[in-house]
Amino acid sequence: MIRFTKYIWIYVMISALVLIPGVYSLVKNGVKPSVDFTGGSVLEIKTQNPIEQTSIDDAIKTQKIPVLSMQKQNGGTYLFRIGQVSEEQISKFIVALQAKSEEPMDILRNDTIGPILGSELLFKSVVAAIFAVIAILFYVAYAFKDMKSGVAAVLALIHDVLVVFGSFSLFGHFFGVEVDTLFMTAFLTTMSFSVHDTIVIFDRIREYRKRSPNAPFADVIDIALTETMSRSLINSFTIIFMLLALVLMGGETVRWFAVALLIGTITGTYSSPFVATPILLLWNRLEEKKKHH
Amino acid sequence: MKQTKKVFSILVILAMILIIVDLPENYKLTIPFFGKSQTFTINPPAIDTTIVGIHIKKDFKTRLGLDLAGGTQLTLEADMTTIPQVDRKDSLESAKQVIERRVNFFGVSEPVIQTALSGEKYRIVVELPGVTNTNEAIALVGQTAQLEFREHIKEPIATESGFVIPTIENTVAVGITGRDLKKSLLQFNAQSGEPEVGIQFTPEGSKKFADVTKRLIGKRLAIFLDNIVVTDPTVNTEIADGQAVITGSFTVDAAKQLAIQLNAGALPVPVKIVEKRTIGASLGADSVTKSVRAGMIGLGLVAAFMIVQYGWLGFLADIALCMYGLITLFLYRFIPVTLTLPGIAGFILSIGMAVDSNILIFSRYKEELRRGKPWQIAMELGFGKAWESIRDANFTTIITSIILFNPGNWPFLPTSGLVRGFAATLFLGVITSLFTGIVVTRTLIRMFYKGK
Repeated sequence: MIRFTKYIWIYVMISALVLIPGVYSLVKNGVKPSVDFTGGSVLEIKTQNPIEQTSIDDAIKTQKIPVLSMQKQNGGTYLFRIGQVSEEQISKFIVALQAKSEEPMDILRNDTIGPILGSELLFKSVVAAIFAVIAILFYVAYAFKDMKSGVAAVLALIHDVLVVFGSFSLFGHFFGVEVDTLFMTAFLTTMSFSVHDTIVIFDRIREYRKRSPNAPFADVIDIALTETMSRSLINSFTIIFMLLALVLMGGETVRWFAVALLIGTITGTYSSPFVATPILLLWNRLEEKKKHH
Repeated sequence: MKQTKKVFSILVILAMILIIVDLPENYKLTIPFFGKSQTFTINPPAIDTTIVGIHIKKDFKTRLGLDLAGGTQLTLEADMTTIPQVDRKDSLESAKQVIERRVNFFGVSEPVIQTALSGEKYRIVVELPGVTNTNEAIALVGQTAQLEFREHIKEPIATESGFVIPTIENTVAVGITGRDLKKSLLQFNAQSGEPEVGIQFTPEGSKKFADVTKRLIGKRLAIFLDNIVVTDPTVNTEIADGQAVITGSFTVDAAKQLAIQLNAGALPVPVKIVEKRTIGASLGADSVTKSVRAGMIGLGLVAAFMIVQYGWLGFLADIALCMYGLITLFLYRFIPVTLTLPGIAGFILSIGMAVDSNILIFSRYKEELRRGKPWQIAMELGFGKAWESIRDANFTTIITSIILFNPGNWPFLPTSGLVRGFAATLFLGVITSLFTGIVVTRTLIRMFYKGK
């Protein structure tokens, strides 16, 4: 048996070390919303002769156009999806492309596009997430006949969500990584995973408490954590394998999505024994102290 | 043991059926045959038969979302001539929301609907995955669907030469419109069996309708859709319960469409389709292939890891995972679920949970072995003890996925889009993983595992 409960201060420090920079950045810089949330522009041009790819790249670079995707279609049609830029910049870009093309160029489309995930849907998704958290709180409290378990599980969940958002705020600040609809999915995944993992450990604690009701709570927790540790690690490794494969070999568009899931999985695994369980223990100690007074 | 053998044979048959349904699409297979090579094209089966009067038509193809396979793009332009300049953006936004609701009610999953401003042109871009049923989709999104009840200015007398066709000119509005509807649905006439649209008024609408029908007993009350008459029935009695039907020689599809349009509300501005075209995958084929390959390698690693960690047991768990994959793909094709990248994320997470069920069971088993129990008893105990935590852990995931999916279409929760797609795949994945983790793994172990 490993005396996990002796080192609570280490867990507090690790969490603080990860949370403080992330939350600080989240408050100060927020996250960088992608075109999915802000809307952007769509530009479609048609030329007689195809333009060299290097010339297009050059025009994108010199005009600093945030091109998200470029689709080349038959007959010299190019479709650019562009992030939020001014109309002026788009015009400059068109002029630059015109200069690269020897033939006259038709502009088929030059539209300002609204967001895919508008503020209304975003708001509703957040409401749904909050409802889910409340439902989780009550289910865990019901399943373990203990409100403290529910609260501890939800606090660990909030910890994980903050870690994921915080890291992406930092990534956004330093590497310009944007938060898109895929990130929203990763965030929801982290929520589910975090609770899933916590419940497995709480289940063990419940079992040992039933078996030896008079044992000190810290001992019960130590046994439960020791016995679930290998399972927690093995399980997370399997998911981490999948995600690492995606991060390293997956396409450009899914890379940051996989990174978000990876961070979510790691913090989700970490928070169950080292955030949710210590909260439960500290809370119990606090209650016992009150009883003695 | 007898019981186990029975379950095992059922599972084998199930697996074979699933393999047939899950066959790849348009896969070319070349088999050398007496020196010549024969090429077959493999496709999943499709059902198209009539059994006891019910026509069943179903094909088992994977539906891929806009991000993975592209689809159809419709560009609609709103006619803003009657809307003041300041309100135009809001009108466009609410038109977008109406169209979004219609597409969702219609059952197209994972559409992308955006507003597009291009100079003085107010547009809505609708992207629908796949290319089937586009004509229906066009008819659905393009109609204003302004419902109005009107009475005749001069009641036509039946003896006068034939019918008087009601028009906007010879009728006057009674003050009941689509806004007074609570809901509408496709139903079939009890006598003639003809499709019709049943409507239910809001409490306020019911009151108005009761007043109007009371006043017009014996007279005609015409129902107009977008200023064109649909039906012109005679009022027989006062209708006080707020229920009515719209008949008018509809086809089933037309009645269904009208019901959807009435439920989603009328468009605040008339729109017309200015462009329709096929679009490619928004993620790019390269990105998709790479990600699929990476996913395969990841899965392979997981399978190998299970064997390294648990040996023969791990191998049996891997077979259960294959079964899991077959069932999920079947469900995606059967329901059908439109697969998008977020959906695949839900799937990956549920694989993780499926593996987790096995790991929980195996680690319990090992613990019981360490306590000196014989392996058969240890295994059964392992299943029994792991079940509680598997149940509780998966139940929370099921709750989460149901709330995110919002099956009741509650207006304050998401009613569309990617959050729902993710929730659907997560839900299916968890249910399937419970089945494979408990039934399949257990049966395989009882059949093939002989302790160590």
